[in-house]
Amino acid sequence: MAEREAPGGAGPGAAPSVPVVVQGPELSREEKLQLRKEKKQQKKKKRNEKGTAAEPPEPGTAADPAQPRVTPHPASPPASANAPNDGEKPPGGKSKAELRAERRAKQEAERAQKQAKKAELGQGAAPAKPRLTPTEAPSVVKRLPEHVQVDDPAAQRKLAKKLERQQVPLRQDYGTKVNLFSHLHQYSRKKPLTQQMSIPSTVIHPAVVRLGLQYSQGIINGSNARCIALLEVFKQLIRDYSTPPNEELSRDLVAKLKPHISFLNQCRPLSVSMGNAIKFLKKEISCLPDTLREEEAKEKLQGTIDNYLREKIVLAAEAISKSAFEKINDNDVILVYGCSSLVNRTLCDAHTQTDRTFRVIVVDSRPRLEGRETLRRLVRHGIHCTYVMINAISYVLPEVSKVLLGAHALLANGSVMSRVGTSQIALVSKAYNVPVLVCCETYKFCERVQTDSFVSNELDDPDDLIVQRKGQAQLGGWAENKSLRLLNLVYDVTPPDLVDLVITDLGMIPCTSVPVVLRVKNVDQQ
Amino acid sequence: MEFQAVVMAAGGGSRMTDLTSSIPKPLLPVGNRPLLWYPLNLLERAGFEGEAVPGLGRRAGGSPCALPPSWHHLRRSFFHLVMFARCAALAEEVIVITRKEIQKMLSLDTKMKLDFVYISDNVDMGTADSLRHIHQKIKTDVLVLSCDLITDVDLYKVVDLFRTHDATLSMLMKKAPEPTEVAPGQKGKKKPVEQRDFIGVDDTGKRLLFMANEADLDEELVIKRSILQKHPRMHIRTGLMDAHLYCLKKYVVDFLVENRTITSLRSELIPHLVRKQFSSPTSLQQGLDNKEEGRKKKEQASLDIYSFIKEDNSLLKPAPDNSCWNDHRGDMNETLHEGKVRCYVHIMKEGLCCRVNTLALYIEANRQVPKLLLNLGLEEPLVHGTAQITDRGMVGSDSIIGSSTQIGEKTSIKHSIIGSACTIKDKVKITNCIIMNSVTIEEGCCLQGSVICNNAVIEKGADIKDCLIGSDQRLETKAKHVNEVIVGTEQLMEI
Repeated sequence: MAEREAPGGAGPGAAPSVPVVVQGPELSREEKLQLRKEKKQQKKKKRNEKGTAAEPPEPGTAADPAQPRVTPHPASPPASANAPNDGEKPPGGKSKAELRAERRAKQEAERAQKQAKKAELGQGAAPAKPRLTPTEAPSVVKRLPEHVQVDDPAAQRKLAKKLERQQVPLRQDYGTKVNLFSHLHQYSRKKPLTQQMSIPSTVIHPAVVRLGLQYSQGIINGSNARCIALLEVFKQLIRDYSTPPNEELSRDLVAKLKPHISFLNQCRPLSVSMGNAIKFLKKEISCLPDTLREEEAKEKLQGTIDNYLREKIVLAAEAISKSAFEKINDNDVILVYGCSSLVNRTLCDAHTQTDRTFRVIVVDSRPRLEGRETLRRLVRHGIHCTYVMINAISYVLPEVSKVLLGAHALLANGSVMSRVGTSQIALVSKAYNVPVLVCCETYKFCERVQTDSFVSNELDDPDDLIVQRKGQAQLGGWAENKSLRLLNLVYDVTPPDLVDLVITDLGMIPCTSVPVVLRVKNVDQQ
Repeated sequence: MEFQAVVMAAGGGSRMTDLTSSIPKPLLPVGNRPLLWYPLNLLERAGFEGEAVPGLGRRAGGSPCALPPSWHHLRRSFFHLVMFARCAALAEEVIVITRKEIQKMLSLDTKMKLDFVYISDNVDMGTADSLRHIHQKIKTDVLVLSCDLITDVDLYKVVDLFRTHDATLSMLMKKAPEPTEVAPGQKGKKKPVEQRDFIGVDDTGKRLLFMANEADLDEELVIKRSILQKHPRMHIRTGLMDAHLYCLKKYVVDFLVENRTITSLRSELIPHLVRKQFSSPTSLQQGLDNKEEGRKKKEQASLDIYSFIKEDNSLLKPAPDNSCWNDHRGDMNETLHEGKVRCYVHIMKEGLCCRVNTLALYIEANRQVPKLLLNLGLEEPLVHGTAQITDRGMVGSDSIIGSSTQIGEKTSIKHSIIGSACTIKDKVKITNCIIMNSVTIEEGCCLQGSVICNNAVIEKGADIKDCLIGSDQRLETKAKHVNEVIVGTEQLMEI
């Protein structure tokens, strides 16, 4: 709840209609805590009223003033890689001793009641997994992230309201979409978000505006590049941030980051790597101890971001490259697709650090034609390359010894989400019995489960498909033709049985071990 | 804070002295508003607020006009997210550099808070000198505008080029219109051939590769081979007009401060920056045997703009290894050829963009302005409320009439702009004229295609065609003038 007193001392004469805004003179810290507790109580009461259909009404238990702290709700939707939907975590250890004692007493009371209830309802399968017992009844509905609900007007209205509150402009969809994908956004590159913003951008930090523009114009492309750029910009944001009086850094900074994240999301939907980085950052910020001064806290945050960058991206890349080029033998023919920073690095390292001779076949596809960049980098290094389009893979596959692919994300059921065309390559390689190796860092592992490429994907600008040859644009007037729709998909999902090995910084694992890694990560992070 | 805007209004209007001898150029009325109002309106529409940034961060509130009305009361709410607290000192957002004499005469109708910087009248400052003069106020990237720019461009198009590519310079250009009319005072049909500008852009039409004026070239256009190697396809255009709207990075201003030889932005700094894109930093040159020579070279090297570029600001630095975007293909070079200085241009195709530099352009601007004002959706009608017009029907639909003007009967006014407090008697025919304030026109006059300055008096029965009548002039009855410039003798004495 950020409050700002204008230097001119203009009073809060205007009465905003958004309920979140707190008017009036600045409240002291205690009063704010009280307000928050009251709101939580009200919310809890409402939820209890809805959920007590099956359970007997608990005798006069007032709602917990603060939720039990860091119990990871498995119901909590990490299904959405989008961070903006997460609620803020309640503060740790700030309340006074009496309140803490009260809360503990209430928790004990509730726990006792729950045990009693379980004993009543019968002894059957009551798994005593302490870690995973949800505090609420399993009637919690997982919320779908908004970016896959574009054809649902209620969800879009909620999004519009949220953006209005954060003062982030809403980007309009462009062009008619193919019916199967009408639940996804489709934006035009020629209509950037900055069209609706004021020129010296005031609400959004200029570095974030620039980053958003670079995302939407495709200048920063690729999972790793986007995540690195995002973290660098966050470092700058934290440097330029200063805590307003009567606020705590741990809560306020998270609140301040939200509009920027919404803005970046509007420019281009967040990638899984970015989402994981944001989750990590938010957790770090909210777990900052209060005893730190602002300068120290900011330095600590910068340090953690640097550590994350170094460990999860840079060092992981080195580790993956090292284990991957063990797999490259002499006189190998390796097939790569598109442009993956990890795969490029692996091949260049293999070429320089070992004396094995191998050659590479670069497969490329329209409209992005990223393979040209791969080709340039590899040839520059001195690697012998061949360049084909994706429709020629069955021509080259008989001579290929292994296929090396990059990944945008690895899903919880072992599927690989990567650039559109990857699953095709994996499928044809399987038909030719060529091993398929996927290189992916662990920070790109995601708890989402997807079995098809439709549910959660990204639609790029359909005008990219228009080809200009000799002054004539073949599909130039597609918008006027009512029965013509253009589809420019960005990602696709490769099922786990088509992938033979995943090379991560934790080692070489089969696809089915991805959920294990996720579980191990979760345990680590608690 | 992202940008500071600087409006250069200190120029003298040296190419239209007939007009500017009596009225300073920023105050020349175009469509009954001072010329300075137009660039300021452009800034205001884009979202500049002109408020000083206090130490704790500024109050957010810059909402463009397109926001739904419910936002306007949120404007002053304290809930808003203010992040930028690092600009410790006060930094004004809109700075206007003008001459002292304008101070008394200026009354602009704009909501922005402007910071006026006055230069005394006897100092002759080029545009780069002016920037140097205020360099202490400049804390971020600047948007430099000239006061004589009238345009309805979407400013975000120019600024987005600047932001996206982390450019050193981003500017605006438009295809220069063919001049259709002969300005008053010109003898003969042929207009003097102006020195052409040769502008070279790359295939996308956004990157500025080459800029030279015909005056600087002997007989041939010389293009360095390195440019062609990096950009094999270059389109060279000659009909473009520079709108004098530049987005410059802060380090360019620092460079100007050190390098005192540059006096003008348009003719010296911009071509220098365009050339610098393709030349390597002089500090990389090796082989300095002679110590003296070395010292001299060091001085020159420190004036090289590369030494001013700070490394940490470049966002493209960590990413280029990983990002698969490249601005060109077909060679082995990294994206953008790792050039640190980059110049971009936005060439407008449609819309209005004119610079009021000469008399002909002034008249042309007045002709285009009523449409612009209509499109801007300003609340004031073209015909001012307090004007007293007897015959409404005789006033054309795109004529602008100022306040307190009295127009007699049977007076027809077509395609003209009439200032405030004028008195126009009966049976006058005015076509295609620009009449400034407090002018008196007696009965039976016929005016065509003329410019009549402040306080002039035209007696009965005069017949004026394509003339420029200076201020305070008095024309005798039944005067007939065609294609003449009539100004007072004391004005002619000025150099």
